Amino acid sequence: MTHTLDITKEHCPMTFVKTKLKLAQIADGDILEVLLTEGEPLNNVPRSATEQGYKVLSVNHVDGQIHKVTIQK
Amino acid sequence: MAENKKLSLIAFSGEFDKLTAVFTLATGAAAVGYEVNIFFTFWGLDAIKQKKGRSFVGGTFLTKIFGFMMGGLHATPTSRFNFFGFGPWIFRKLMKKNNVATLEELVDAAHALGVNLYACEMAMHVLGLEQKDFIHEVKDTLGVATFLELSEGGRTMFI
Repeated sequence: MTHTLDITKEHCPMTFVKTKLKLAQIADGDILEVLLTEGEPLNNVPRSATEQGYKVLSVNHVDGQIHKVTIQK
Repeated sequence: MAENKKLSLIAFSGEFDKLTAVFTLATGAAAVGYEVNIFFTFWGLDAIKQKKGRSFVGGTFLTKIFGFMMGGLHATPTSRFNFFGFGPWIFRKLMKKNNVATLEELVDAAHALGVNLYACEMAMHVLGLEQKDFIHEVKDTLGVATFLELSEGGRTMFI
């Protein structure tokens, strides 16, 4: 199952907090697509997801400063 | 989780802005996989009182007056620009307007992320507070020795 999370309007630390809480909610094997902006969220959300044992499947540019990070739990 | 990913914060201050710093660090660290402990002492105990406004909590006449003057999370003043109590209201408004998490939202996030909250036994005695005066998320009341044991191997900050 694929879930989406838009954190483009969030700021530190809620960017990480919302991603972490969403990942905790979804089932093992599910996909989470996170929409985020450049800078701190783009640099750190994929990195911290990997560090915590999740699989970052892709990072794609969507539009302007917005990117989509696809994570598998 | 990698070794040493542990952050222990000593929340000494009961001011709105400093408590915002405490809970920002705590939630940010917990969200990226840190084990987080917050040890509330002295004025910092205001942040974990069950009664979030002003109330006469405390064992004696004097501590009840102190309890009222100190208040809870919603009564915390800012360290600068308090403007006789309007400062926190202005900051909360600015935070909401700019989509930045408010102190209350950060506290809720800390609970959801499983941040460990502890109260300082000594300060509780001085201020006439008991564990029942705190929110149920407070895991335990501790002394220095236990805090040192809990924080060993990680980073510790005093705010």
